[in-house]
Amino acid sequence: MSVSTRPLTDQELTAIRGEFPILTRTVREDRPLVYLDSGATSHKPRAVLDAERGFYEQHNAAVHRGAHQLAEEATDDFEAARETVAGFIGAATDEVVFTKNATEALNLVAYAFSNAAPTDADKDEQFVLRPGDEILVTEMEHHANLVPWQELARRTGATLRWVPLGADGALDLERLGDLLTERTKVFAFTHVSNVLATINPVTELAAAAHAVGALVVVDACQSVPHLAVDVRTLGADFIAFSGHKMYGPMGVGVLWGRSELLDVMPPFLTGGSMIELVTMERATWAPVPAKFEAGVPNAAQAVGLAAAIRWIEGIGIDRIHEHEASLVAHLMTALAKRPWVRVVGPQAGVDRGGAVAFLVEGVHAHDVGQVLDDAGVAVRVGHHCAWPLHRSLGVAATTRVSLGVYNTVADLDVLLEALDRVPVIFGTEPEISSVAASDHGQAEAS
Amino acid sequence: MDLYQELILEHAKRPHHCGLREPFDGETHHVNPTCGDEITLRVALAGADAHSAADSDRVITDVSYDAKGCSISIAAASMLTDEVIGHPVIEALDTYTAMHAMLTSRGQLSGDEDIIGDGVAFAGVSKYPARVKCALLGWTAFTDALVRAGVDITTLSQQGAKP
Repeated sequence: MSVSTRPLTDQELTAIRGEFPILTRTVREDRPLVYLDSGATSHKPRAVLDAERGFYEQHNAAVHRGAHQLAEEATDDFEAARETVAGFIGAATDEVVFTKNATEALNLVAYAFSNAAPTDADKDEQFVLRPGDEILVTEMEHHANLVPWQELARRTGATLRWVPLGADGALDLERLGDLLTERTKVFAFTHVSNVLATINPVTELAAAAHAVGALVVVDACQSVPHLAVDVRTLGADFIAFSGHKMYGPMGVGVLWGRSELLDVMPPFLTGGSMIELVTMERATWAPVPAKFEAGVPNAAQAVGLAAAIRWIEGIGIDRIHEHEASLVAHLMTALAKRPWVRVVGPQAGVDRGGAVAFLVEGVHAHDVGQVLDDAGVAVRVGHHCAWPLHRSLGVAATTRVSLGVYNTVADLDVLLEALDRVPVIFGTEPEISSVAASDHGQAEAS
Repeated sequence: MDLYQELILEHAKRPHHCGLREPFDGETHHVNPTCGDEITLRVALAGADAHSAADSDRVITDVSYDAKGCSISIAAASMLTDEVIGHPVIEALDTYTAMHAMLTSRGQLSGDEDIIGDGVAFAGVSKYPARVKCALLGWTAFTDALVRAGVDITTLSQQGAKP
């Protein structure tokens, strides 16, 4: 991180929190809300809500259609939003495609591969998969960056392979040499794990993939909101992220792709807006990014996302990362003092994203979450859409704390106080060890 | 928090009738996709071979299961076995119907102890929509296992289960 990064002052934090109306509400009978689930979705500051509302109140029209003034203004707003997103990640403006969410962005790429059928005269070989070709993913993927590739393999006869989880929440990169071969056509992996918070070495992995001619798709959902991402140095060919995890509205996600790839990719969804010429028999496609934005786009949400990015830039993404890192360090230290808690993923001292997932000895994550909820603390419990990862860890579910810029040490104190009630309520001895709380043991214990 | 009644915690810690046993007439495996909880459940019925016996009269001789899950789902499966083993199928389905009604009542029904016995301890669960599935996992697996054992539960639940 940049040495010039100044920590957020208490005054700044108070001001930041004041911009989120929802943080003033109470839950479960008068408990102040302690929101530690920003990895699932972040809250939205007033600036974002105002921008979305402002679009509808002042400029609402279907973009790229009509010659009236509102249509012009709506189009300008939408395209300005694209420029803001591009600027934030160091991309060219026409390399930014608005989607419904990151899941759709990843599916867009996966479908480009199977749409480029080997019989299509316009096919680009990079996007054609045949039996014998391989798709490489990792064992730590969110379902959004796993299931589309499973389905692509099924549709094309290609083989799905994966990099297994290694020690300490990192990928087992010693296996990469065997797994990444000239048969690999695409390597899809997450930048930051949504459970382990492991930060994968994207540039190194991308270089290895490119050395064998594979395309690189990166799930950047848990990185873009929390650390500086610049596609010019990242090394990926595609990245996908969602607006709602970065203080923006729900219903808007982003696919960034290198323009030379987007140019030759077939479209995913077809219909209005994405065409160049249509006859009764067939159609040709508009240039990118319009080729990938069929139908009336989510302009109000894109405008909201641009407002979220300006809001982030007003604080500074590096300062946000530093603030969250200091909270993670505080939490890791506190959890280390509780021998009945086991953190999954990188241990203290290793740089990680803004999440900490853990197990409580002898208590299922759902029960942990329930006790925390009773104290007004919102966390995520379960497999966090990363079921194979949990299976690999040998656990059914974990409790995940994930942070946003509005979180404070006071939030963590409320969390820890509530967490300490868990062994008391469930009568588990704090001293017991070694039995992972997979809860397999519970049903077999009698 | 009225969710974690002592009885529930007790069943979760020392679940009754757990483990998978032979013989059985129907087996099923259910998962809760939101949290990954799983249960494999078997039912054994008396008179399973005697096709002349009416489904409603067949007695549940055993319910065995292998479950991993939260305290609510483990306790619900454990209590289910206490409530249905040794009872005719039709009574078990009445219990299921009454449990289901209570659990999905959003805190409106406290449950009839005459029908669901200790199951009333789960009344608090109905106030937490996210946890209702946990409490129902074992029960839905149980009804599915009955179907797999050849019991026609659609006609039976029409006969019984008067609200």
